[in-house]
Amino acid sequence: MKSVLAVLTVVAALVALWYAACVPMNIKGVLTEAERAGAEVEPASPRERREASAFGLVAKNGFAIPATWAQERPRLPAPHQVVIELWDTTVAQNITSKRSLVYHGWVTLSATLMGFVIGTGLGILLAVGIVHSRVMDMSVMPWAIVSQTIPIIALAPMIIVVLYSIGIQGIIPKAVISAYLSFFPVVVGMVKGLRSPDAMQLDLLRTYNASQSQGFWKLRLPASMPYLFASLKIGIAASLVGAIVGELPTGAVAGLGARLLAGSYYGQTVQIWSALFAAAILAASLVALLGLMERKVLKRMGMA
Amino acid sequence: MILVVFALVLWALGWWLNARLAAGPQADTRAVQLLVPVIFGLTIVAVWELLVRGLNVPLVILPAPSVIAARFADSLTTLWADFVQTILKGALSGYVIGCSAAFLTAIAVDRSEFLRMGLLPVGNFVAALPIVGTAPILVMWFGFDWQSKSAVVVVMVFFPMLVNTVAGLRETTAMQRDLMETYAATYWQSFFKLRLPAAMPFIFNGLKISTTLALIGAIVAEFFGSPIVGVGFRISTSVGQLALDMVWAEIVVAALAGTLFYGAVAAIERAVTFWHPSQRK
Repeated sequence: MKSVLAVLTVVAALVALWYAACVPMNIKGVLTEAERAGAEVEPASPRERREASAFGLVAKNGFAIPATWAQERPRLPAPHQVVIELWDTTVAQNITSKRSLVYHGWVTLSATLMGFVIGTGLGILLAVGIVHSRVMDMSVMPWAIVSQTIPIIALAPMIIVVLYSIGIQGIIPKAVISAYLSFFPVVVGMVKGLRSPDAMQLDLLRTYNASQSQGFWKLRLPASMPYLFASLKIGIAASLVGAIVGELPTGAVAGLGARLLAGSYYGQTVQIWSALFAAAILAASLVALLGLMERKVLKRMGMA
Repeated sequence: MILVVFALVLWALGWWLNARLAAGPQADTRAVQLLVPVIFGLTIVAVWELLVRGLNVPLVILPAPSVIAARFADSLTTLWADFVQTILKGALSGYVIGCSAAFLTAIAVDRSEFLRMGLLPVGNFVAALPIVGTAPILVMWFGFDWQSKSAVVVVMVFFPMLVNTVAGLRETTAMQRDLMETYAATYWQSFFKLRLPAAMPFIFNGLKISTTLALIGAIVAEFFGSPIVGVGFRISTSVGQLALDMVWAEIVVAALAGTLFYGAVAAIERAVTFWHPSQRK
């Protein structure tokens, strides 16, 4: 209970900070609009205002503060503007409409999930191979670990264009990017998990005369579950980033990444922020869903 | 066709050599453990080269490693300028600012139980979000030059670093803290002599995660607008010109930078946390 209160306090403090930050961020734009509308602003000349500090302008033009939270194209939109935009573009729109964030979110989510399934599937297979074959372990594993230190997302624009030039477009290129981003974390995590049974447990199975596959299904795989879920949570977040970045370079027309890009081209800040929050909500629900599955599965298995 | 056959033979040969080495008596020596992945990597590059030549794969789909190497050698000045712009100016400055800010915040948070309980779940939540999406906003605020890339990196590394540092500062046991108490140590004495050293493995974990995030942030932010120099800029424009050899050369730069950056942090970690079980030989 106390921790809920603590979290709420922190969130409230962040929101308050956000509202406060809107005032100096937006004051110059607001004063320009107010002057055009005929209001008296201090100082009167636009050039002096451009050179003045934002806080000084706020102090001299106290009347303009409420307007900083209600601009149409603010530099920093106020939280309620983002919430209203989110509401307008999700609940108030038909979900098949191009204006609906649900539609754009689904475009991104489907690529994410497809890539995530492919990436984790291949990752688990490779991990099984690595655990059972010493030569694979020694040749592949160091590269899998090194791949974690390099920004492989830089490959994304190239993958889109190369796949396009051989006639593949739409969801597949994005899914490929999502897949390889989730692949390596799963490999590394699963190898750790499949190796987690200690020598005593492996020896016990040997005294039972268990075969290699029995040892795998009855000991290694169950023992790897906590590691698997930990890496799945990292993998899904990476997959979503991959799908969003995969939408940037081609000027895709649909998807959360396309909304971010369109918003940044046309200066629609509220749209950028709402796409950003939609992506955040999506990521948080995917991770939360995996967390829920983790708790259920581990509980059934008697591990949590 | 003969090149394709040769590629397959080479692949089989490399694998056979590795299998021999891995099953051999010297498999646990350091030299073999280094040699096997190197052989594997070289085989992949050689097979790549032979397949691209043998099957006449066009440049716009996959350039051969030799073409990439030639392009790399030809455009060293461009690549160096991009490296300075993106890695040194964008990523490194943001990394230093973000990690120090997170470290100082963690120390402030650590003094209050209430703040820690509130901030840790929020920090964990934010660390899982696609923060790289803030790039268009920050580019709009800080302009096209490296300052905006640095800002994206600050936002990206802040929360993973904060969560790790806060977790690390809780690492000491009540017994250890009580001992410091019996010595009449002040807060800062016990901080510097007990809790900070104990937190170091966690802090370095955060620092290592952040190296990759910093490069990702700096490169992806350039897709939203940049001056006409930088790794991300060069990748997106070269992709547009179908100059894939240049794209691959930039990817080599990014990969080298990432590995070196991570390796440098890991080397500092080995020197600082030499006492930790995972570092003992």
